[in-house]
Amino acid sequence: MAHYWQEIGALTMRWVRRLSREKFSMLFTLVQPMLFWLIFFGNLFQRAADTQVTQAPNYISFLAAGVVVMTVLNNGLAGGVDLLFDKENGFLERLMSTPIHRSSVILSRFIFVMTITSLQVLVILGVAFLFGVQPATGLLGIATILLIGMMFGVGLTAISMAMAFSVKSHGDFFSVLGFLSLPMIFLSSALVPLAAMPGWMSFLAQFNPMTWAIDAVRPLILSGWSEALPHVGMVVVVMVVFDALCLYGGAKAFRRAMG
Amino acid sequence: MDRTIAIDVSHLCKTYENHKAVDDLSFQVYSGEIFGLLGPNGAGKSTTLRTLITLLHPTSGTASILGHDTVKEADKVRTLFGYVPQERAIDRFLTGREHLELLGALYHLTKEEANKRIAELLKLVELEAHADRPAKTYSGGMKRKLDIACGLLPDPKILFLDEPTLGLDVPSRMRIWDYVRMLKARGMTVVMTTNYLDEADQLCDRLAIIDGGKVKTIGSPAELKVALGGDIVSLTVKETSRLGALASALKGQPAIRTVNTTENGLDIRVESAEKALPAILEAANKLECRLDFIDYHRPRLDDVFIAHTGRSLRDAAPSAETGE
Repeated sequence: MAHYWQEIGALTMRWVRRLSREKFSMLFTLVQPMLFWLIFFGNLFQRAADTQVTQAPNYISFLAAGVVVMTVLNNGLAGGVDLLFDKENGFLERLMSTPIHRSSVILSRFIFVMTITSLQVLVILGVAFLFGVQPATGLLGIATILLIGMMFGVGLTAISMAMAFSVKSHGDFFSVLGFLSLPMIFLSSALVPLAAMPGWMSFLAQFNPMTWAIDAVRPLILSGWSEALPHVGMVVVVMVVFDALCLYGGAKAFRRAMG
Repeated sequence: MDRTIAIDVSHLCKTYENHKAVDDLSFQVYSGEIFGLLGPNGAGKSTTLRTLITLLHPTSGTASILGHDTVKEADKVRTLFGYVPQERAIDRFLTGREHLELLGALYHLTKEEANKRIAELLKLVELEAHADRPAKTYSGGMKRKLDIACGLLPDPKILFLDEPTLGLDVPSRMRIWDYVRMLKARGMTVVMTTNYLDEADQLCDRLAIIDGGKVKTIGSPAELKVALGGDIVSLTVKETSRLGALASALKGQPAIRTVNTTENGLDIRVESAEKALPAILEAANKLECRLDFIDYHRPRLDDVFIAHTGRSLRDAAPSAETGE
């Protein structure tokens, strides 16, 4: 067991080092969701969005939950990228030829992606706070938001890693990634509540796990525990199923690639 | 030499969707020797190596390292060898020292053990001065040295080198060869793949020539050359139009074993050059085939390769890979 932690610790440290050496990319990763979505998009639609439809005091407070889950989505889907590069340049092979537990590399990646995502979510909530959005459920609510984010993130990261292990080239990886990300966002309650969507879109959006996550995070920010709790209960069930499916697929892809 | 068997590969097969990458491959590596797997790209060398490092499961057959099966006892096997992959498996954002520290943790060394060994290895591969620079600032040769230091970090009994000098300049190649010889002197067993004949000839105690997933022949470079026997007469002609006629005229002759057509001449394996040369010259004269150059030599490793695979390694390997 001590060996296991030693491996995971060293491998996680490597991801942290890589990120810290890419200062520019780190800044960009951290700032992008806030800048593009929360600040630009949120303010842009401040008056265009009807508060009767969004059921929120203003559009930014409505959007905050969406941006939080979008960040989880993008980080999760990109979570396998570094492993893809490791696979392509032989580094993964070097790691896997050492006497480490077979799951250590993957686990280190989960830990890293979840940590970075949680930090980003906190920063986003902080920026939203500057625009006057105060989470109605307080610190415990923020902890719950982080938990939901992690539950969603685990499944997404598993999908991303499964893709990294399965694709023939990294071109394929990035095209699938690009294809997945935006439709997932548009076909969810991130930008517009389901009730205000065209029928076919809201129909599709209700099968999107992202919608469930947002519908739980939003009342945690806007309304309070009594309204949020049933949604939180639901999203936990949905995410357990989602994660189980993704982890099963990820484990299969990993075993196929690594023998 | 110690004849303890370090590695035993027995009837190894690996099939990918109807394509046999490795086909009933068997060989043994003795403790303390430098063993080479020589063959063109796609011959099955890498597949064999990846099986030995436990990353591929054979379709059938077995491989064992120091008596431990690479599939059933994979965890044990992984503690026994060091591996230097073919690609520069380097994380460009980490420093040389950080690479070694990472591997130290993966081999479960304590901090003190790791630091001691890292200091030794950095000295050995002459990277001390560059140890704390990110690897993206390293030259190709320095990356290769770091690769080798990484392979040596577990202080293994067996070291696997996959194409150790591919793409390196001549001084760097010589340097790597020196390391490999030094490791052998320390008692390490080294298994390397290569598609360089000179490398196999200079470095390997024994080698297996592999082509089409099969072992074509196995032995020390000297044994392989002696086994071929006789001499090789090489000639080039002024005009290649008569070459075919000359080749067929020579093929029947008693002193001549085989005739191989090259780009602008012939490589002729003969019992003895002294006896065969007059016959060859006479045949050329009779056909009015004017010779540009004629020479004979003892069989070289490339002659061995041609004799066992029917083609030269240069022809077999894609040109991009053979360039240095």
